[in-house]
Amino acid sequence: MGATREAEAKPGAYQTAVERTSDRELVVERTFNGPARIVFQAWTTPELLKRWWAPKSSGATLVSCEADVRAGGKYRFEFGHPSSDRTMTFFGKYIEVVPNSRLVWTNEESHAGAVSTLTFTEKDGKTLLVLHEVYPSKEALDEAIKGMDEGLPEQYEQLDALLAELAAGTGRA
Amino acid sequence: MVQYMPSRFDASFAALSDPTRRGVLEQLGRADASITDLADRFHMTLTGMKKHVGVLEQAGLVVTEKVGRVRTCRLGVHRLEEEAAWIEKYRQLWAARFDELDKIVEELKQQEKVDGCDKRS
Repeated sequence: MGATREAEAKPGAYQTAVERTSDRELVVERTFNGPARIVFQAWTTPELLKRWWAPKSSGATLVSCEADVRAGGKYRFEFGHPSSDRTMTFFGKYIEVVPNSRLVWTNEESHAGAVSTLTFTEKDGKTLLVLHEVYPSKEALDEAIKGMDEGLPEQYEQLDALLAELAAGTGRA
Repeated sequence: MVQYMPSRFDASFAALSDPTRRGVLEQLGRADASITDLADRFHMTLTGMKKHVGVLEQAGLVVTEKVGRVRTCRLGVHRLEEEAAWIEKYRQLWAARFDELDKIVEELKQQEKVDGCDKRS
């Protein structure tokens, strides 16, 4: 054990990729510098989830986090945001739990929520994490995308400002 | 994902390179208008205005909707551009989460090492 050199990947060294792979599917991919059992542990232990699920840069804080990680078990994450008195709750249940390799859960905060499948694939001490979200229909994913934009008015404001600037511009002199 | 962004921006800039089209955007910024209204305002034929609106629509800067015999134009953001922006936002959220998760993975690895040594001794 001591003879193998530790990989030198620093936190944040790996890229996160997100792609809409079909009308109703989104895929998130990321590699971690650690074995699958450790990455799995960080996903399935509420005390650990709390530490990374609501990153500081998102502005949100995790008010509560319950996760009964076994097939049929429920989860409930409640977020707060300084810009709002209301909290946002994400909840659902785990459909499939295969330790260190696979997690499947539902997202029940809306009727058209996705089913999320997370796989952990270990290779040479690193773990490739793939989160595959399948929505019930194209409309459901389109709605999720629109809904999130409505929740981010500042993004629209920026876009509005840009459009206004371009529209008002006199073009090339 | 990445490839279509430049072409979308190209389309937007091409659309904005024409003074009439910029005028149309400015006008639509104040109120929605029919193609006929716009043709009148910019002293143009209906066909000419349809072409300009078509370019703006292609670039996703204008959305048109036909109700009865009237085609109404309003400012719009192209769906794909909107979607690309959302996906990038979503990616940033996950990237931020995963950067935090990296730290926990490091910690747990160290912990395992320590525990492993404890067991051996």
